Amino acid sequence: MNLQAADMVLQITTVLYFTSMIGYLLFLFNQKSTYQRSALYLISTAIGFHFVSMVIYTIATRHVPIQNLSQSLSVAAFSLGCMFLFFQYKFDLKILGVFASILLSGIMLAVLLIPDAPVEKNAVLKGFWFYSHIIMVFTGEAALALACGAGILYLLQEKGIKTKSPGFFFKRLPSLDLLDNVGYTCLTTGFALLTIGLATGFIYAKTIWGRFWSWDPKEVFSVGTWVVYAALLHLRLYSGWRGRKSAIMTIVGFLIIIFTFIGVNILLGGHHQPFTK
Amino acid sequence: MSKIILIGVNHKTAPVELREKLSFSSEEIISALEFLKQDKDIKESLLFSTCNRTEILYIPQTGEQIDKMIEFLSHQRKIDSAEFKSSLYIYKEDEAIRHLFMVASSLDSMVVGEPQILGQIKQAYRVAVENNASGVLLNRLMHKTFSIAKKVRKETGIGDNAVSISYAAIELANKIFSDLSQKSVLLLGAGEMAELAVEHLISNKVKNIVVANRTFKNAVELAQKFNGHAVKFEERQDALKDVDIIISSTGATEYVLTLDQVKQAMKKRRHNTLFFIDIAVPRDIDPKINTVSNAYVYDIDDLKNIVESNIEQRGKETIKAQRFIEEAVLKFRKWLESLAIVPTVKALNNKISSIVDIEFNKTLSNLKHLSQEDIEAIKRMTQAIASRTIHDPILFLRNTGDHRDDSLYLNVTQQLFNIDIPEKE
Repeated sequence: MNLQAADMVLQITTVLYFTSMIGYLLFLFNQKSTYQRSALYLISTAIGFHFVSMVIYTIATRHVPIQNLSQSLSVAAFSLGCMFLFFQYKFDLKILGVFASILLSGIMLAVLLIPDAPVEKNAVLKGFWFYSHIIMVFTGEAALALACGAGILYLLQEKGIKTKSPGFFFKRLPSLDLLDNVGYTCLTTGFALLTIGLATGFIYAKTIWGRFWSWDPKEVFSVGTWVVYAALLHLRLYSGWRGRKSAIMTIVGFLIIIFTFIGVNILLGGHHQPFTK
Repeated sequence: MSKIILIGVNHKTAPVELREKLSFSSEEIISALEFLKQDKDIKESLLFSTCNRTEILYIPQTGEQIDKMIEFLSHQRKIDSAEFKSSLYIYKEDEAIRHLFMVASSLDSMVVGEPQILGQIKQAYRVAVENNASGVLLNRLMHKTFSIAKKVRKETGIGDNAVSISYAAIELANKIFSDLSQKSVLLLGAGEMAELAVEHLISNKVKNIVVANRTFKNAVELAQKFNGHAVKFEERQDALKDVDIIISSTGATEYVLTLDQVKQAMKKRRHNTLFFIDIAVPRDIDPKINTVSNAYVYDIDDLKNIVESNIEQRGKETIKAQRFIEEAVLKFRKWLESLAIVPTVKALNNKISSIVDIEFNKTLSNLKHLSQEDIEAIKRMTQAIASRTIHDPILFLRNTGDHRDDSLYLNVTQQLFNIDIPEKE
């Protein structure tokens, strides 16, 4: 009964994300701020509903909804939504909503389409380290997703200016400086969260399996991702890798994250696998 | 019925010398409005004067009063009317309304889409209101003017595109840098072109201006003018370290900044963005510099191309704006017409109600036995009959259909019911 309620709320959430996406697309073409405001309002409501749905689920089943692929994606979307609201508030970069709402709608569509794999009660999935690991990794990756979004917008704007043919995006996007700045802030925030997320993950592994590192494919790829971002930050700080190069790197980094999130489990297995089945 | 008339000169009809002579300062506008207010033949008036136009919008009490207005202008500006009469345009009724809408929407401006004009007209209207020179008609007209101008600005791209080279350059700079007030500018060459370019940037308040010129003395002079500082021309490569925008306009026949120089400078400035604006012919900045990451080079032709495509775009938007204006003119015309029937409707109402009152009182005086309640009931009935009788005719007058001549029906109504409408309302 309660599970059905959670599913229903989740469906409403998805509809709201989609409506918000439509609002943002209208804003992209018409540039009317009413569209943007309505879309932002819708996306905030959607995130609220999303939270309610997760709470209902948790109360009904006595565990957090992060046991299979569909649920993990849903949590990823929720984290992305929260991070988006945070950066939207911080920078008021209206156009970033176009990226966020499209990504959110896409993920939610996947959440609804992917069949819910049966969930086995797993006693190890709890405790402080487990929850901090989850929260940090998901919010960190959400921030990195937004960095990727800012990177895409940067490349669109940069291409127009570099090739001297300011087109559709020229008026609609803010300055390169601002996009770079937003991307950088998302990047540092995401990187910091990811670092803590990995560290708590190791501690959690130690408490459960008695060792920090077990050559799990996901562990390997996660650390790989972390190294890529660390390299990017280093290059940016010490070799002036800003602007275009930095934007491309954030996009590449996010593609690796997506692979680490889904691809590794499907192709390579490992102890993270059940969450993405 | 009151007419709306607009007379004036603008940049299309009069040369700048004449426009200067005909322009009013803000104090002069007030005294001119005061003068017009004393005039019994002018019901409402409004005057606006900018560097590109002087226009008087007025509602005459009777006739058109055009000669009087020309004489007024000549008297106020102390200029012989023969001197400006041929440059004057005179718009009446719909044409005047349309012209006003066009002006406020910046379709009649020298630089179409420039945003200042609306503010100037608003100011002129404020002055007219403060001095009680405007009345019902102009108030309504001006409010409609502001809303159509706002609509044109919001719903067409008329104000979006830069249509001058320096404006296009600044627009680009604003899309590269987020805050120009934190950016420094290096001027290569201290000629007139450089000065012009910087004047535009100054209005955007840049942080610092550095001037490099082959003749150092000229560099110092120009730098002083803009509160910047001068460097030797040979130091230009070092200067790249601390500036963000480079405007070059030297007469050099070879590139004054080469790819290698910029590559080296880029390392020193940790790849922070550089924006080169090359307005010199032949070019000063090696176009290959554009391939360096985070460096953007625009020469005069690039800027011209942008301006041209913007002008083209603006042309399309103008058509859309004109459609909005036509709709607004039609709407205002309708309102004016509805205004014209008000006196007739009022007179008709008065006539019928007075007939009813007279007859009611006459009858009542013979019916002493009625109770107060009965009297009230009968009174209500007579009034209802009166208003029901004229309800349909009034409805018809209010909406005679788009293609019919309203004044004909007003005339017929006035004759049928034998009502007099005072000409002056």
